[in-house]
Amino acid sequence: MTPHTDVRHADGTEASTSEVLLVEPSALSPARRITTTVLRSRELSIFLVLIAVTVVATLKNDSFLFSSDGWRNFLVNPSLLLLLAVGQAVVIITRNVDLSVGSIMALTAYLTGRLFIDQPGLPVVAVFALCILAGGVLGLVNGLLVAYFNVPALVITLGTLYIYRGIVLSWAGSDRINAGDLPSGFLALGNKAILTIPVLTIIALAVLAVVGYYLYTARGGREFYAIGSDPDAAVLYGLDVRRRVLAAFVLSGALAGLVGVLYTARYGTVSSGVGSGIELQAVAAVVIGGVAIFGGSGTVWGAAIGAFLLVTINRALPSLGIEDFWQRAVVGALILGAIVLDRVLANRQATKLAEAREMTA
Amino acid sequence: MTGTATTVLELRDVSKSFGPVIALRSGSLAVEAGSIHALVGENGAGKSTLVKVVAGVHRRDSGDFLLGGERVDFGSTSESKAAGVAVIYQEPTLFPDLSVTENIFMGRQLLGSGRRIDRAAMYAEAEALFERLGVDLDPRRPARGLSIADQQIIEIAKAISLDARLLIMDEPTAALSGVEVERLFAVARSLRDEGRALVFISHRFDEVFALCDTITVMRDGAYVATHLTEDTSSPAIVAEMVGREVADLFPKTPAQIGEPVLEVDGLQARGVFHDVSFTVHRGEIVGLAGLVGAGRSEIARAVFGVDGYDAGSVRMNGREIARRKPRAAIEAGMAFVPEDRRAQGLVTEASVARNVASVIRGGLARAGLITTGAENRAAGPWAGRLEVKTNALDMSARTMSGGNQQKVVIAKWLATEPDLLIIDEPTRGIDVGTKAEVHRLLSELAGQGMAILMISSELPEVLGMADRVLVVCEGRITADLPREDATPEAVMHAATRQLEVTG
Amino acid sequence: MTTPRTYSEFSRPLWMRLLLTRETAVIALTAAVVVYSLATVPNFDGPLTLKFLLQDIAPILLIALPMTLIIITGEIDLSVASIVGLSSVMLGVLHDNGLSVPVAALIALLVGAACGALNGFLVAYVGLPSLAVTIGTLALFRGIAVGLLGTKAVTEFTESWTDLATATLGSTNIPVVMVPFVVLALGFSLLLHFSTFGRGIYDIGLNDEAAHFTGVDVARTKWILFVLSGVVSAFAGIYYTLRFGSARGDNATGMELQVIAAVLLGGVSIFGGRGRLHGVIAGVVLIGVIASALRLERVTVNVTNIIIGLLLIASVISTPLLSWVATRLPRKAPPSEEPTPPKQATPAGV
Repeated sequence: MTPHTDVRHADGTEASTSEVLLVEPSALSPARRITTTVLRSRELSIFLVLIAVTVVATLKNDSFLFSSDGWRNFLVNPSLLLLLAVGQAVVIITRNVDLSVGSIMALTAYLTGRLFIDQPGLPVVAVFALCILAGGVLGLVNGLLVAYFNVPALVITLGTLYIYRGIVLSWAGSDRINAGDLPSGFLALGNKAILTIPVLTIIALAVLAVVGYYLYTARGGREFYAIGSDPDAAVLYGLDVRRRVLAAFVLSGALAGLVGVLYTARYGTVSSGVGSGIELQAVAAVVIGGVAIFGGSGTVWGAAIGAFLLVTINRALPSLGIEDFWQRAVVGALILGAIVLDRVLANRQATKLAEAREMTA
Repeated sequence: MTGTATTVLELRDVSKSFGPVIALRSGSLAVEAGSIHALVGENGAGKSTLVKVVAGVHRRDSGDFLLGGERVDFGSTSESKAAGVAVIYQEPTLFPDLSVTENIFMGRQLLGSGRRIDRAAMYAEAEALFERLGVDLDPRRPARGLSIADQQIIEIAKAISLDARLLIMDEPTAALSGVEVERLFAVARSLRDEGRALVFISHRFDEVFALCDTITVMRDGAYVATHLTEDTSSPAIVAEMVGREVADLFPKTPAQIGEPVLEVDGLQARGVFHDVSFTVHRGEIVGLAGLVGAGRSEIARAVFGVDGYDAGSVRMNGREIARRKPRAAIEAGMAFVPEDRRAQGLVTEASVARNVASVIRGGLARAGLITTGAENRAAGPWAGRLEVKTNALDMSARTMSGGNQQKVVIAKWLATEPDLLIIDEPTRGIDVGTKAEVHRLLSELAGQGMAILMISSELPEVLGMADRVLVVCEGRITADLPREDATPEAVMHAATRQLEVTG
Repeated sequence: MTTPRTYSEFSRPLWMRLLLTRETAVIALTAAVVVYSLATVPNFDGPLTLKFLLQDIAPILLIALPMTLIIITGEIDLSVASIVGLSSVMLGVLHDNGLSVPVAALIALLVGAACGALNGFLVAYVGLPSLAVTIGTLALFRGIAVGLLGTKAVTEFTESWTDLATATLGSTNIPVVMVPFVVLALGFSLLLHFSTFGRGIYDIGLNDEAAHFTGVDVARTKWILFVLSGVVSAFAGIYYTLRFGSARGDNATGMELQVIAAVLLGGVSIFGGRGRLHGVIAGVVLIGVIASALRLERVTVNVTNIIIGLLLIASVISTPLLSWVATRLPRKAPPSEEPTPPKQATPAGV
């Protein structure tokens, strides 16, 4: 198709690039199209905000970034939330939500400690595998209930949040896992870095890349979006909605399981209260990252940047002169800002689309 | 009808029940390749159940089901799709967030090297499909914001890309304008010429007779007859559908026209309608005609207050009413039966009594409190006057037929004893019998002094019922025709005038 | 002119309408658990059990009232616990700075109303999804609460007020806080079940577009409900603070989930449009009784969590199961709606 370069409104005025991008994308050259899409993306905007926050915080206090601790904390702390946000993003894209990730994470964090204590010879890889498996199974329970009983995920995962937390509380009681209980090789993992990039961050980025790639290039990945965009249409199309929803919850659970292990490696101490409240942070990261709460759009990249931004802002608050007691308020304001922005953009897009019905090329 | 080698679909004595409800008693249908076959029948005749059995949504209880001469039994829509059956529903369901191309290929995206989705190939193929269908759509654009006509084209493109040998179209023209209907017909004919089989379900006989070569009639869940179009006529088909002679469909009784009730002056909503002025008098039925999308429902909704407007005024019995407040319009004596029964007219999950009493409930309250008993006592008589068919007042409207639901909506509004009734598409999706009842009712109400503003896309209905016809074209009133001057040609001319001028 | 049709009012006999409801199921379950506990749990019938039970569940009972109405309209308010915390902090900070308890409490109530007004504005007038908005305000309000007080706590309150918060009525074991609860419960009941405003709430939950067409002010209704939620949550916060004699930024963290769990247990549908207050009250009591009984049996809190979670899941799964059962019960079949054709000879054949 030869690209038209002359797209006009009904009254003869030329259409702006963003309008053309919306309605006649093929009329733009590929380079133009990709550049405009990237420039107007939510992912780029929040990435820029992240850079801005980091720069300002570093200017005020250069140990924020330029110290061995600072650099490591900058990259490692968000990595855990990033993993949770990736799983949560996939679930939310299918128009569901997973509130049980904090409890799953606590279970596997404690499981990690117990495994090392009770099974001394167990290789680290086995511990990883068992915890990811455990998380996946717990996620499978969520998925089965949501997919087969057609009940809102909010309620189901609220219930499993209680149940899983109850299990870890019963199991652990007031017991704590301490760094001394864990093999030093394992703990080193939490702090090791390859080419100054911490191992934990590499793991997180690797997972992000795999999931992001799958969502873009695989049939199954696209079906997640379809299911969230219009669940009824997905059924009519003959898509295997149940299997996909199940897969989303299994992924979210497995990633939460992984985060439990990584948490133990990073912090060395585990009590039964670990991860309390982190599920809402994960949802916040996803929303800030541009994934619509009703599903069907957004990317895991955005969710990842959102997670990074959330954690970094929290760390940066003291450098910016704001006591970190206000951190939650800042998070709340960010969430509200993100969804108001989404609504404003959606309204404008709807208006443009309506006008576009009169556009001619 | 004998099955030949080119019989694509054959159903014989198919039945389907849901618990005690017999939705399909004995359905039969035989569709040949290279044919456009109409399926007609009143609401409740069993057409949509038949279609759902063919589509794989339901499994039949008994009877023969053959596709291309082979026995089939579909347990899911993907099975029927794989066998070459495509259904295009009245309201297409697409994925708004995804591109038009992804909508076409969802679940079967073209794969390139390494099992990755090959987007370039998909876009190219989508473009080829669009060219074949004679439409100009950008394959990369999102499905959100497409007109219903364009959405249907996407559905058809999907069907072709699935190489469907049988396409079923369920009331496809209900929301289309004249130009879009023509485009759809051209596409249908080209599909037929390719040797595919099409089933066309519609209530609009002019379209059925223009497009289809064969007509099958159903009634009360059973097969009645099949005719070649050229061998039959509209009245004959209607008679078979209803099982009795239907007398005058539009019993218009003359009424005395009194003083003005509704005065609309200079109404304007940017981009939707401009300079709209008209009056409706006591005892008068004013019809609002025009193409789909001309802005008639928008004008009505603005007058009633569901939508806002930028300029102009609306007066009821001389007093101006506030804009954007349905409550104000209701208190001034206006009533509004909206276009979309299920989404706007009724709370389908609620009981009949709750629905019928919903607008007058403020008046029923004693010391601020209201009881179900009071609602029942108020709602019962109104439902009865309209002959709503239900066992008890606490039954929900969910399972009622379109005609019965419409009666509930009308009862709800008549209970307010309005001076003006605005009714948008009074008989859309309603069986012929109830249609006549509604027309008779409107005529009676006008005779009793009510002012009625009626919007309808069925020209015969408008011409038969209205004392005056206002024609709307692209948001402007282009003609105000008294009954004697309102001919189909005059109305269509005014409805398309704008297009002619710029054309 | 033919005489118009008349109809029976109800399609099912009274006993079915009263007994075959979700609310009855919850109430029955609650009664069963109470009876069982009285019989088998040591000290359950002791003098203080009822008092502590009611004092513990009072905040949840209170907040569940407006939460029920909000969920029936199809929305949700996750920020209630944060408003409890914020009002607790306001009470503490203001009292610490010299204001008397009643005045500080009044200001805390106004702050709660303002929080609710913000929620309501964003949901009802800007049109944002309440799940996302209240996740945001949950963080915002809690953040302000923690920000104002940090890790400190205000523990000095006028004794007469803290005594009142823990007092009982006369010689019974019923805590004083039950009086405002009963008043509010009656008020909300009348509002929901017997007023036009309440009918409007159900309409909005089932079909808000149709509600708009019948003149219901959807936005205003929702806004009012969020404000009510804010005020009642603030009141619960005042009670909570005075009862424990401690204002802290992290008071009542997580309470929103307990409230929502109780509301859903009580038979309110998360999809909106269905539910009644007596079921919800039973739901709160049920959770409270189970927690109380388990505590007396020296079972840990964790098991209570697990049981709440299981009950919650069971209650939502049971809805599809119950409707499946209901379709199998004998019922008068609806009359055939096809126009009965006069008996004719064979239809026009081919």
